[in-house]
Amino acid sequence: MKRPVCFLLAVLLSACNGELWNNPYPAADEGKPILYTAFTERPKHLDPAQAYSENEYEFLAQIYAPPLQYHYLKRPYELIPLAASGMPAVHYLDKNRRPLPDNAPAEKIGFSVYEIRIKPNMRYQPHPVFALNGQGKPEYDHLTPQDLRDIHALGDFPHSGTRTVTAADYVYQIKRLAHPQLHLPIFGVMSEYIVGLKDYAATLQQELKKNPDAFLDLNAYPLPGVQVVDEHTYRIEVHGKYPQFAYWLAMPFFAPMPHEAERFYAQPGMRERNLTLDWWPVGSGPYYLSENNPNQRMVLSRNPYYDSERYPPEGEAGDAQAGLLADAGKPLPLIDKVVFSLEKETIPYWNKFLQGYYDASGISSDSFDQAVQVSVGGETNVTDEMKVQGITLSTAVATSTMYTGFNWLDPVVGGVCENLKSAPSPQPSPDGGRGGERKNASCDPDRSRKLRQAIAIAVDFEEFVSIFANGRGIAAQSPIPPGIFGYRDGEAGINRIVYDWVSGAPKRKSVEEAKRLLVEAGYPNGVDAQTRQPLVINLDTTATGVGNKARLDWLRKQFDKISVQLVVRSTDYNRFQDKIRKGDTQMFYFGWNADYPDPENFLFLLHGAQAKVGKDGENAANYSNTEYDQLFAQMKNMENSPARQTIIDKMLEILRRDSPWLWGFHPKNYVLQHGWLHNVKSNVMANNKLKYWRVDTTRRDSLRRDWNQPSCWPLWLGATTLLLFGVWMWRALRRREDAK
Amino acid sequence: MLAYLLRRIFYAVPILIGVNLLTFALFFVVNTPDDMARMQLGIKRVTPEAIGKWKQQHGYDKPLLVNGAASGTGKLTDTIFWQKSASMFVLDFGYSDDGRNISREIQTRMGPSLAIALPTFVVGLVVYVSFALLMTLFRATALDIAGVALCVLLMSVSGLFYIIGGQFVVSKLWHLVPISGYDGGLGGFKFVALPIVIGVIGSVGSSSRWYRTIFLEEIGKDYVRTARAKGLSELRVLFRHVLKNAMIPILTGVVVVIPLLFMGSLLTESFFGIPGLGSYTIDAINAQDFSVVRAMVFLGSLLYIVGLILTDISYTMVDPRVRLQ
Repeated sequence: MKRPVCFLLAVLLSACNGELWNNPYPAADEGKPILYTAFTERPKHLDPAQAYSENEYEFLAQIYAPPLQYHYLKRPYELIPLAASGMPAVHYLDKNRRPLPDNAPAEKIGFSVYEIRIKPNMRYQPHPVFALNGQGKPEYDHLTPQDLRDIHALGDFPHSGTRTVTAADYVYQIKRLAHPQLHLPIFGVMSEYIVGLKDYAATLQQELKKNPDAFLDLNAYPLPGVQVVDEHTYRIEVHGKYPQFAYWLAMPFFAPMPHEAERFYAQPGMRERNLTLDWWPVGSGPYYLSENNPNQRMVLSRNPYYDSERYPPEGEAGDAQAGLLADAGKPLPLIDKVVFSLEKETIPYWNKFLQGYYDASGISSDSFDQAVQVSVGGETNVTDEMKVQGITLSTAVATSTMYTGFNWLDPVVGGVCENLKSAPSPQPSPDGGRGGERKNASCDPDRSRKLRQAIAIAVDFEEFVSIFANGRGIAAQSPIPPGIFGYRDGEAGINRIVYDWVSGAPKRKSVEEAKRLLVEAGYPNGVDAQTRQPLVINLDTTATGVGNKARLDWLRKQFDKISVQLVVRSTDYNRFQDKIRKGDTQMFYFGWNADYPDPENFLFLLHGAQAKVGKDGENAANYSNTEYDQLFAQMKNMENSPARQTIIDKMLEILRRDSPWLWGFHPKNYVLQHGWLHNVKSNVMANNKLKYWRVDTTRRDSLRRDWNQPSCWPLWLGATTLLLFGVWMWRALRRREDAK
Repeated sequence: MLAYLLRRIFYAVPILIGVNLLTFALFFVVNTPDDMARMQLGIKRVTPEAIGKWKQQHGYDKPLLVNGAASGTGKLTDTIFWQKSASMFVLDFGYSDDGRNISREIQTRMGPSLAIALPTFVVGLVVYVSFALLMTLFRATALDIAGVALCVLLMSVSGLFYIIGGQFVVSKLWHLVPISGYDGGLGGFKFVALPIVIGVIGSVGSSSRWYRTIFLEEIGKDYVRTARAKGLSELRVLFRHVLKNAMIPILTGVVVVIPLLFMGSLLTESFFGIPGLGSYTIDAINAQDFSVVRAMVFLGSLLYIVGLILTDISYTMVDPRVRLQ
């Protein structure tokens, strides 16, 4: 036993030669343009038809090339071509398919036809599906399980190839959106718009039922709303006018998919080895997935056939000064490889970032004070400790909103009585809860509105953001976050129910104002004037445990300000979702992350037709207001214009008056990056940012070396102590034996 | 002994069925197939049609335990319980609810778990026994008292503290090993060294005290006095006689965990970025992935039973008086 230990110690001690012992990456990678970053949760899906989460798009957006993308530098967010050679040409037809002018009113438009021309000569990543044998035929299209005996990952196939991307590949992917064996999250929306998609799904379903084990060749079934025009052009027909469709074209749902890839992965033995399209993408974007071990590391390597894009030559004001245009015109991507390591815990992630082993990092609450300081003027910057390391900070308000909803069907905090009568009867909860009470409760719309307004004033979200989010967020004035059309800055944009404009800034109204509203609502001092019962409001939440206790206590205190009792009903995720679906809540926390930067994507969350109860929509508050719904219908298909802004202003005023949500806050994203990482600009809509980034590897290697020299003295000290202890013990033992 | 082993294996079958049934009942008391579908499909834009399609595709559209609509054996076999359980008895774990091959996942992840757990187990056993023997050797001296005090101190500290503290001191301040990460082969030594050391230190207190108690009990017995009277040195008495006779209680606690080593450790693997099995079950519970949960519980039960049988066999090896009949 002693010998190996001594040997190990000798090896360790002799290794004090200046090499970085704590470097988690191979020494051979030094000096290479590799980006090192981390992921905290393994992606569930990497199939562009199924993926819809942020952590999935982090990979997919680098791998797949849909027709459009967001301009990396310009603000407000602007769509530009990615795989398309130009922006799609949109033609309108009436219900009889007769052409209409571009300025035709939305109600007359029966169909919108998007004609998309893709860039020629775009090629797919290297992949065995494209490998050809000596006869020019696919090499791996008739594999048997025996052939796959030594294949465990795509890299184990000896050969790979590529081919040119065609318009037919884009059409094939749109057909996949209706594939009965895939779960397309946006099928509900797309089937409403893409002509024939719903029937197409039904046809495929029937075909699959006839022969469940056979490969379903989508090329054998035409989809009427999508046609290939020529090798590089295709058309998509959508019902009516739907300007937001262009935003969907910037998502991986509409990226090209080579039909042979599905057939390749459908071969026997593939799925058993986890070789599926859901796990091993086949893309034409700047990177391809060269290593896929989501329990440890995922590696994106440069697609050697990607040469269709250059760094943008222009941005917004200040970008040139910030050095963001230094690489203008250079071919993308600027980095050869991106190594994503799984870091489930924030502490190791943060410490490795400080050691220089990650190039960029978010900031957890634990490390916030170490990383960021806020000046007296409210300006946020990195601390001196970070500055010494050359770390800089990028911030951006997320296109998200975190809100607290009131259930519109609730008799106390809910909406107008007319709506109650027409609303579907809520289902009683299993615990015999509130469902049945609602029908018999007396309902006064003015009363409940004033109650909601009073609560909206009392719950101080500025304080919440300051305490619980380290100031990383801004209190919301409406559902629309900054950066989205319809958001107004300054006095014009404030919620006058909750704020006053004082000295050039919004100031939350006083608690006295909230109490006054409460009296008008019939709850003086938080007591129901009619029943003499204290007013109790229930909050349903999945937040439990010590971490959330402080937040819930804080919320209780906010309600205490106006003498209203808040009861927190903590529940598990399943029950919470169940309550929301049944409308069996009074108040609840929710959040929404934008699919695309359009006000429609936020305002639809309060559209009556989207109610959760009865309609299974996204309107969790079940809010319903006829005037709002009419304005929404008018606004949703409009192009951004002053007329659209006017309608949005009216809609927001209705919402602020009705207060179906406590508007909560819009979170702010904080990202730290080392000084050797260039071209980093916050862009909350674009997920395909990595291709723009550049690493100064010389500087990184030099600083890493400075920061991580191993300290050998603890090993020497340990070895000496061990030796001395051994000698002492031996002597003590000898003495005892001698004495005996 | 063969008859004994066959009998134990036969007993294992109802135990495994019971465990499986219990897992099934507990899981579906908390989660419904609709909840599972929602969890897999996400919270945005999920329609009832999508939920129905998911359940049908993953076999969760059947009744849980008894299918009243079916006839004959179909009443039992055309159910979620049967469809998800029967194949496990031939170790076919099928696919997780997000479509991955569970057996392959286990095969891939057990290596890294073993890379930590096995050395921790072996080194730990040597260290704990040695430390306990040392305290026994110097019993009732300052060294023994200091050793016991150290054990109590080490026992009183949370395992998480060792991990975070170890990472801070060894990796962050001294830069001796990477904070987290993993690599196979010899290059992986630098990644596993710290987790192993921390794993060993984390259990020194409780294990050494336990072994010390066992040794102290043995050392007071007549045969030890006889050995000493014959003039054997204290070291010889301890290693030749006391250690040998203390093996039964040591093996009781040690052998049973050997098959479970590859199941990994949740905290260690999470903090050190080890791609092992430690978090597989917890992640599956959080993701409401019944296919993985039932597979891992089944495997855990099976390995525990194997561990108990191995323990029985080991008794016969260290104590000739024990016979398995």
